[in-house]
Amino acid sequence: MEFDNGVLDNTERNIYALRSLYGRYGYTHYKMGKFEEYDLYSRNKDFLVSDGVITFTDTNGKLMALKPDVTLSIIKNCRDNPGAVQKLFYDENVYRVSRGSDSFKEIMQSGLECIGSIDEYCIGEVLWLAAKSLSRVCADFVLEVSNLDMLTPLLSEIFPEGQVKAALKCVDEKNIHGLDSICAESGVPKEKADPLKELLSIYGRPADVMPQISAFAASHGLSAEAAALAAALEIFAGSELEDRLVIDFSAVSDIKYYNGIVFRGFVNGVPDSVLCGGQYDRLMRRMGRESGAIGFAVYLDMLNYLPQKSSGRDGVDVMLIYGPGESPSAVRKAVAQFTSQGLTVLAGRSPSQKARYGRLAELKDGRVTIIEDDA
Amino acid sequence: MKTMLNVALPKGRLGEKVYDMFEAAGFECPSIRDGGRKLIFENEAAGVRYFWAKPSDVAIYVERGAADIGVVGKDILVEYSPNVYELLDLNIGRCRMAVAGPKNFSDDSSRPLRVATKFSHIAADYYAGQGRDIDIIHLNGSIEIAPILGLSDVIVDIVETGTTLRENDLEVKETIMPISARLIANKAGFRFKNALIERIVSELSAQMEA
Repeated sequence: MEFDNGVLDNTERNIYALRSLYGRYGYTHYKMGKFEEYDLYSRNKDFLVSDGVITFTDTNGKLMALKPDVTLSIIKNCRDNPGAVQKLFYDENVYRVSRGSDSFKEIMQSGLECIGSIDEYCIGEVLWLAAKSLSRVCADFVLEVSNLDMLTPLLSEIFPEGQVKAALKCVDEKNIHGLDSICAESGVPKEKADPLKELLSIYGRPADVMPQISAFAASHGLSAEAAALAAALEIFAGSELEDRLVIDFSAVSDIKYYNGIVFRGFVNGVPDSVLCGGQYDRLMRRMGRESGAIGFAVYLDMLNYLPQKSSGRDGVDVMLIYGPGESPSAVRKAVAQFTSQGLTVLAGRSPSQKARYGRLAELKDGRVTIIEDDA
Repeated sequence: MKTMLNVALPKGRLGEKVYDMFEAAGFECPSIRDGGRKLIFENEAAGVRYFWAKPSDVAIYVERGAADIGVVGKDILVEYSPNVYELLDLNIGRCRMAVAGPKNFSDDSSRPLRVATKFSHIAADYYAGQGRDIDIIHLNGSIEIAPILGLSDVIVDIVETGTTLRENDLEVKETIMPISARLIANKAGFRFKNALIERIVSELSAQMEA
């Protein structure tokens, strides 16, 4: 069945555009049910974007949840297959407390997961597809990338174990003075945090900051990690997407689950990140898998901040009114006169108060007359 | 059209001090000093647009992207945990978050402590850290009268000079945290207006170090 793309709203357009993009790179569509056993989420609560989960008791007495997340379900259903890589994408509704609100929302989320023997190309390809996804939804975007493996050794070297979480929050907030406060509270000399502050001060396009990162890494025993970051971004060399990349070590994710390359995407006009992703080998281990994994999610609900693309006239092209004496087949034929020209028609006994239309037509005694025409 | 940086300033004395700092940093907007009821002021040449907002709302404007940067007390950041960058401690508007109560009050640990406050999350976290069971009474203003009228045992509130407490026969029992004004930024705005924001951060830092 053919249809006009104009009937799609922005979310639908984005879903199909992303589906088409991921499909072209060999990712297969992963379709899943709406429910999952609650136990899966209770064991990995911190991995979820928000705390709340909608639960209910199934007829067999099991506590079930409306899915707040897709990645956990995908991992649950994947098996280790050494040497192989599984590439999957999804577009699913998830149910969670929306960011910035205190109520549950049904949120459409698209994303992909690359699971298995992850190599440099896999990581680069996922970053590439993240950048491509952003470019599909908005021309003005930024993909910021970090390597958690450079950050976490510094955090655990500087701060006592109990303070690492608070320090990570400061990193996420670019809160340098907050790091000083944690040092003071923990009895750690302020200067000990200088390497971390130096790393956080590095911000910019890869071509501009990579020499600085390499020098920093060489003096702190992190050269392999800096090389891994450079290798992940090598896929962008010479492409038009290269200028959209920013290295920012404040881009962090929960270090209980994530490791290595992590990234976030921003589009101009949306106040928060619309894409989040990274390597989550640690989550895989927690769930008993040996494979590596990297993926990302695009929060399609956040794109509602962007101006909506109009599909043309707001309403119908023609309002067709007909009298009580007209037979249904006569009205259908009159409607067909317009639809055959590609016009949209709303037929009724009188002009609708709510509907907007371009032309007002009347069917009387089998003849159609145009009464009003705003063209 | 020139890209403008939207700056949310907290209404009141703190906001005026903050504007002085921005002006000294080269982001002046003389019309802001004209008085009147106007809330939005723009200097297109400097690429900056200021607006006055209720202090507790500044973080919301910034988090939601209506403002790219703003100045807000640490109390608001801790209470509401907005998803923003906290770029600078401006070291102005200094005060503390404290537990205060009647001078003769002694805590009876056999029953929940009744705590009146505007800062429910801060109070809950503070007492949870001590393992103390509390009953929070959320009020929106004139917190000091709660223990006087027997509505609560203590209050958790901001204490600047302590004058209001003293005049109402109350005293600080414990300090929860020091408070000062912070420069915050929207996470997306930071990316798309980075050069201007970094310039402001650098100029304000230089002023504080001077």
